[in-house]
Amino acid sequence: MVKFIFRRLLVMIPQLFLLSLIIFILAKQMPGDAVTGAFMGNPNVTPEQVEKIREQYGLNDPWYVQYGAWVGKAVQGDLGSSYTHKQPVTSLLAGRVTNTVTLSLFILIVSYIIAIPLGIIAGRWTDSWSDKLIVTYNYFAFATPLFVFSLLMLFFFGFVLGWFPTGNSVDVRLEVGTWDFYLSKLKHLVLPGMSGALLATAGTIQYLRNDIIDTKLKDFVKTARAKGVPEGKVYTRHILRNSMLPIAAFLGYEITGLISGSIFLEMIFSYPGLGQLFIQSITGRDFTVTTAIVMISGTAVIVGTMLSDIILSAIDPRIRIE
Amino acid sequence: MSLLNVNNLQVHFPIRGGFFRRVVDQVRAVDGVSFELEPGETYGLVGESGCGKTTTGRAIIGLNKATGGEVLFNGDNLANMNGHDRRKHIRDIQMIFQDPYSSLNGRKNVLNIIAEPLRNFERLSPKEELTRVQNMIERVGLSPESIYKYPHQFSGGQRQRIGIARALMLNPKLIIADEPVSALDVSVQAQVLNFMQEIQKDFGLTYLFISHDLGVIKHICDRIGIMYKGRFVEEGTAEDVYTNPQHLYTKRLIAAIPEMDPAKRFEKMELRNKINTAYRTEYDSYFDKDGRMFDLKPLTPTHSVAVQQGGM
Amino acid sequence: MAETVLEIENLRTSFNIKGNYYAAVDGVSLSVHKNEVVAIVGESGCGKSALALSIIGLHNAKTTKLEGQVNLKGQNLLNLPVEKLNKIRGKDLGMIFQDPMTALNPLATIGRQIAEPMDYHMKLSSAAKKKRVLELLGQVGIKDANRIYKQYPHELSGGMRQRVVIAIALACNPVMLIADEPTTALDVTIQAQIMDLMKELQRITDSGIILITHDLGVVAEMANRVAVMYAGEFVEIADVNTLFSNPLHPYTRSLLSSIPSNMTDKEELHVIEGIVPSIQKLDREGCRFAPRIPWISEDAHEDKPTLHEVEPGHFVRCTCYKEFHFPEERVEDENYVTT
Repeated sequence: MVKFIFRRLLVMIPQLFLLSLIIFILAKQMPGDAVTGAFMGNPNVTPEQVEKIREQYGLNDPWYVQYGAWVGKAVQGDLGSSYTHKQPVTSLLAGRVTNTVTLSLFILIVSYIIAIPLGIIAGRWTDSWSDKLIVTYNYFAFATPLFVFSLLMLFFFGFVLGWFPTGNSVDVRLEVGTWDFYLSKLKHLVLPGMSGALLATAGTIQYLRNDIIDTKLKDFVKTARAKGVPEGKVYTRHILRNSMLPIAAFLGYEITGLISGSIFLEMIFSYPGLGQLFIQSITGRDFTVTTAIVMISGTAVIVGTMLSDIILSAIDPRIRIE
Repeated sequence: MSLLNVNNLQVHFPIRGGFFRRVVDQVRAVDGVSFELEPGETYGLVGESGCGKTTTGRAIIGLNKATGGEVLFNGDNLANMNGHDRRKHIRDIQMIFQDPYSSLNGRKNVLNIIAEPLRNFERLSPKEELTRVQNMIERVGLSPESIYKYPHQFSGGQRQRIGIARALMLNPKLIIADEPVSALDVSVQAQVLNFMQEIQKDFGLTYLFISHDLGVIKHICDRIGIMYKGRFVEEGTAEDVYTNPQHLYTKRLIAAIPEMDPAKRFEKMELRNKINTAYRTEYDSYFDKDGRMFDLKPLTPTHSVAVQQGGM
Repeated sequence: MAETVLEIENLRTSFNIKGNYYAAVDGVSLSVHKNEVVAIVGESGCGKSALALSIIGLHNAKTTKLEGQVNLKGQNLLNLPVEKLNKIRGKDLGMIFQDPMTALNPLATIGRQIAEPMDYHMKLSSAAKKKRVLELLGQVGIKDANRIYKQYPHELSGGMRQRVVIAIALACNPVMLIADEPTTALDVTIQAQIMDLMKELQRITDSGIILITHDLGVVAEMANRVAVMYAGEFVEIADVNTLFSNPLHPYTRSLLSSIPSNMTDKEELHVIEGIVPSIQKLDREGCRFAPRIPWISEDAHEDKPTLHEVEPGHFVRCTCYKEFHFPEERVEDENYVTT
C-alpha cells in the first residue's frame, strides 16, 4: 500500500511538469501582456517606457528562458509578483486559496451528507414516493443553472430574510483567531456553500441511486439473502460498500467541478477566493496571477484523481496493488 | 492436398508491466500448433477455457494476429498476408459464433444481416440479392417472410440458423464454428447439429469445430485435436481419442464426461479419483524442463500424443 | 422410507407481465427425504429455476404471486414474513448458485463470507467461527484453508469459488439444500470434480438436496430421484435408474434421444418439433406437450392430464405416453389406429 502511494506520487511529477508547460505556453499565447493590460490607453506612458518595463520584467526573453525562470522560482514558493496588485503572487493568493479550499470542502462535505442518505433511500425503495420525490429534486437540480440558483439564494436569504451576510468571507472588524471570527467565517460560508452543495449533490445522488439499483440485482446479493442476512444488513454489508466504489472513484472529478463552479459562486457572493481573483487577473492581463491560479487548479485536479486512486485501492481488493 | 494446413501457429499476447508499461512477458495463447484439414471433414478442437482453441480459430481467419507460423489455405499463407490480399482468400472461410443472441446485430433485419457478406464481396442488384437471400433463408428452414424480421423475434435455434445462413452466403469452403451450440438447450442443440451435418453434405463444407463439450465433439467430428495451455496434447480420430486416450490430460477430460448410466456413477468417481491422483504425481513428466508440453509424437498413422521422445 | 424434510404442495409461482399474472410453476408437488438428491431437469423456460427461487423466497415479492405450500420443519415458508424466513434461510435451507464468478461479494474475504450465515444462526465465538470455516473449507476439498480464508474471490479460480459457494451453503448444517445448476458454469474437469464433491458431501451430511439442472448427464451422476419439468409442470417423476432405463413420457424420451453422447456415432439426433411456448402464450388446457408431437393422435391425450403412478414411485403425466413413438419409428402395435 505504501509502495503504491509512493508510486502514485511519483507519477504526479511528469503530470505536473506537463501541466506547467501547457499552462505557460497557453498563457503566452494570450493577446497582450501585463504591461499592455496595465498601461494601455494611458497617454502619460510612452512606448519607450513600456518597452523598458517589458525588458525589466524579462518579457522580451525567449519563452523557454521565461519558463525556466518561472518554474525555478515557483518550486521555491515564489510565483512572481502581480503587476496589477503590486505584491507577490504568493501572499496575494494565500488567503484566497484558504477561502476557496474551505468553500470547496464545505460544498463537498455537505453534498455528500445530503447525497448518501438520499441516494440510498431512492435506490433501496425504487419507485416509492420518496424515490420519486428525490428524482424530481434531481431533475430540478440538474436543470437549474448555478448562477440563477445562487442569485435566488442571495436575494431570498441574504436580502429578504437577512439571515446571512451577502458578501466577503468574514467580518473584517473581528479579531483573527477569536471564536466570533470563526463563527463569522462560517456564516459567510453558508450561502455560497449551500448554493453549490444543493446543486452539486444531484449528480452524486443519481450516481448512487443507479448503482444501488444495479447492485441489488447482483448474484452475490441473492447469496446474502439466501444466507438469511436481514434486509438492513444486506444493504449495509453487501450493497452499499459495492455501490460506494464509483462514488469514491468520482471524488477526483468532483473536486475539478467544484473549482470551476467556485468562479460563479465567488463572483455572485463577492467571496474573495481564487475564482474572483482569476476573473480579475484575466481582464487585467495579470499574467503571473493567471498562470499561478490555473496551475493551482490543475494541481488540485491531479491531486484529486490521485486521491480517488488511493481511496479506491484501499477499499477495492481487486485493484490493490502490491 | 489438404484444404487448410496450420503449421506451428503461434499467437502471443504481450504482458505489459512496470513503470513504463514495457513488455515484460508473453501470454502464449497458442504456442506452436500444427494440424491439417482435409476437404469435407469435420475437425474438432477441444479443450477447457483458456486452452487456446478459440484463439486458434480466430487466428486462422485473421481476427487475432498470428505472431508466428503459417496458415496455409489452399497453399497460400494467410498468416503473413496483408489485409488486402487476405480479403481475396478469406471469403472462402466463414465463422459461426457461440452466442446467437449477441453475434447478430439487433438493429438490422435478417435481410441486411444475411446480405452483408454479399455486399462486401459482390456487386449485385437489389433484386438478385433478395433472391439469393430468400433462397438461403428457405434452405436453412426459415420462412421467406422472416427476412424482414429482427433477430429478437427468433428463438435461439433459429438465430443460430440465421448465423449459419450468413456464413453460407458466399459459398465458403471452410467454416470455423466456435462453440456454435454451447448456448443452446439440448433439443435445440440437436436441431442445429443435425442441420450442420446436413448442409455439410449439400455444400461440401469442411468444418473446424471448436467446443468444450466432449459429447458434441464426439458426435460430430471425424478427427479431434485436444488442446491444453496453447499446445496440442493429443490428436487422432474420434475413435482413437475416446476409446484409446494416451495422454493423461485426455484421460482426465474423457473421464469428466458425465456418466449416463446411473448405476456406474461411483465407478466413474473412482476412475476420476485414480486419474486425479496420477495427475498430481505424474503431472511434471508430461512437460519438458521449461514447463512446455512436448511436441506430438505419432503412435499410429492417425493418432499422435505429446509425450517425451522415446516413450512415456 | 427416510424422513421427509421438504414437502412442496401444489406450488404455483406466477409472474406479473403487463398487469396479468402468468404461472411459470404451475401446480407442482414434491417431497424430498433426508439424504436424498432429487433432480429437477428441463430446458430453459420450463420453470425449474423459478421453482428453486420460490422455495427459498428470492423472487421479487412485488411482481410474483406464490400459492400452495412449501413445508420445511412444520412451517409453510410461503406464509412466513421475511424476518421469520431469514431465520430459516442459511440455517435449515442452503442454496448453491450457478455462477461462482458472480455469487460471491467481490469486496469481502472468503473467510468472512463463509462465516456470515453463522453470525445470524449460530451463537459462536469468533474463534469458533473461524475454526468452523476452516473445517468447512477442508470439507469442500480446499487444502490450503488458512491461506484461502484471507483471500478475496478474484484471487480464486472458478472451481475454487464454487467450492466456497458450497461451503457457504453448508455452513449451518442445513437439512435441505437447493443447488441451482451448480456445475453449468464450470469447465468439464471442474464440473466432474464438483459433482464428485457433492456426492461425497451427501455421504457425510444428512441433507436432502434439490438439484436443478438442464443436463441429464449431471442427473445420471448425482440424483436419486428425478422430476422432469416441462412448461411449468412435472411430466415424469421416477427413481433415477428407472428414468434412464424405462423413460415413459414423450418429453423425457425426446430429451434423452437428443443428447449427442447418448447416441452412437453420427446417428441423427432427435429434434423436438416446434419451440417451448412462452408462459404468456402457453395453452394451459390439455396436454402441454401435445403441440410438440403432432403425429400422435389427439385421442391419445387426456383432457385434463394428471400424474399417473404407473409403477410404484414412477409417475407420468397424461396418457399419451402409451401411444408415443418417434416419427421415424415404424408402428408395430396393431391396435394403433392412425387418423
